[in-house]
Amino acid sequence: MRRRRTVGQGSSLRAGTVSGIRHGGPTEVPRPLAVGADQSPADRLSNGGRRVRQPRWRAVVQVAVHAGAVVPLAMLIWDSLTGGLTANPIQALTARTGTAALVCLILSLAVTPFSGVGRQAWVVPWRRPLGLYAFFYASLHMATFVALDYGLDWYLIWDTVLEKRYIVAGSGAFVAMVPLALTSTRGWQRRLGTRWRKLHRLAYLAAILAVIHFLWLVKADIRQPVAYGVGVAALLALRLPGVRSRLRSW
Amino acid sequence: MDDRRLREEITPEPVYRRRHAIMRAAGVVPMIAGAGLVGCGQEEVAGQAVVPTPGGEQAVVATPGYEEVLTPFESVTSYNNFYEFSTDKDGVAKLAQSFKTSPWTLSVGGLVEKPQTFTVEDLASMFMSERLVFRMRCVEGWSMVIPWQGFPISRILDKVIPNGEAKYLRFETVKRPDEMPGMRGFSPYAWPYVEGLTLDEARNPLATIATGLYEKPLLAQNGAPVRLVVPWKYGFKSIKSIVKIELVARQPTSLWMAAAPSEYGFFANVNPEVPHPRWTQATERRIGETRRRPTLYLNGYAAAVGSLYAGMDLNKNF
Repeated sequence: MRRRRTVGQGSSLRAGTVSGIRHGGPTEVPRPLAVGADQSPADRLSNGGRRVRQPRWRAVVQVAVHAGAVVPLAMLIWDSLTGGLTANPIQALTARTGTAALVCLILSLAVTPFSGVGRQAWVVPWRRPLGLYAFFYASLHMATFVALDYGLDWYLIWDTVLEKRYIVAGSGAFVAMVPLALTSTRGWQRRLGTRWRKLHRLAYLAAILAVIHFLWLVKADIRQPVAYGVGVAALLALRLPGVRSRLRSW
Repeated sequence: MDDRRLREEITPEPVYRRRHAIMRAAGVVPMIAGAGLVGCGQEEVAGQAVVPTPGGEQAVVATPGYEEVLTPFESVTSYNNFYEFSTDKDGVAKLAQSFKTSPWTLSVGGLVEKPQTFTVEDLASMFMSERLVFRMRCVEGWSMVIPWQGFPISRILDKVIPNGEAKYLRFETVKRPDEMPGMRGFSPYAWPYVEGLTLDEARNPLATIATGLYEKPLLAQNGAPVRLVVPWKYGFKSIKSIVKIELVARQPTSLWMAAAPSEYGFFANVNPEVPHPRWTQATERRIGETRRRPTLYLNGYAAAVGSLYAGMDLNKNF
């Protein structure tokens, strides 16, 4: 029976691929399988449909990414209750949710290159949660703008969007993330096959538009948006064919 | 509009609210103190919109929820754009704590007959300060209503006597990197902070030199010990912690004009019809309010300063 190669140390896993590599002998000893986007349905079936118990360290790694990604939200809630959102709380909320979204998005884009070049496959299960947290914070960011800042005044919002070009860029980034959030599940990965990977390249478009959005909204000090831009550009460069393998063998 | 009317105190908040409640109970229809109504029989008293009521009486009215109330002291002193200290608006107050505001001198010179240098004590003894309540509208789209203590800068001009060549005032903020962290290291701004006014603008009674706030001397984060307040312009024109005023013949280049000339002009008059290149200026958020409010032409001071710009193309002279 064909089994997918487990996510072990030192393996450069290409997420999204379904092809398996025969592993081990004829015995059907269940191997510790990673839970996440890298587990194919074939594995689950081979275990009688039961979820395989993951190694404890894997669970710790998963808890870590959730604990980390939730920190900005926890801080926002704390600050909103203790008056730490400045005299202009809507502006503070907008800025902080936007930054959290951008950071999560960039980190999620960094997972695959880091796991490959840095040979740290344990980060792979972080990619989806980080991407979804990016979408979560981006949704909070949008909701703050539309509902809190502009009070769901659609005429005013439309006028504002037409005038503020940085909002056009930001809306584009958000829209690019919607199909990614919707198709983030394993089911969709299976359904779309190789097209899933192509679709999820939109994550780079979202990151680029988000950086442009940031660049266009600051007054004169462009240091922060430029820093994020450099990060996104580096991650894009790592996607160029040959760059990663060259770095890996360096 | 005579000086005395303009400098009348804003109605204290409890009186204002009581009066407003009576007005509403009396069935007076509130009108929006928004753009377009200026000039339609509307006058202003220290920034409050005053409209004739059906009974012919003058009264202060506003749309419920759009009343103009003083921004709380805590907000005014903890939400500051003072990049010399920090670009974090809520971080300025803490960093400004160690800023020395005494001894302090303000030198006024340039194209004048009698250049002088004033200490803060001189300013207090030579010029009587009054409580002046003005709106302050930041170019970023938020605003406050602040009760300053100050006097018109024209009184200083009367003392130094600008000569015939003087056409502009050039203001300069103190430059102290050792006390102002934002000036240290790599900073995208060409310190010290510089601002300017035309001589006519400076002679207008609303152009104010402020030394206090909420009946107390200015705190460092608000531009202690002496600053400019030009309420009909975007907040960045109201230069803080001034050390030098110079009468000059050529239009000065302000720090923001140098930083982004396509976005920040010399006049920087509040104008909902003239958008910033990257965002609209049609609405603003009054600190403390949940709904946005429409931005007023010249921040609601058109009656007092509008004539300064008669016939000017305000899109070109932004």
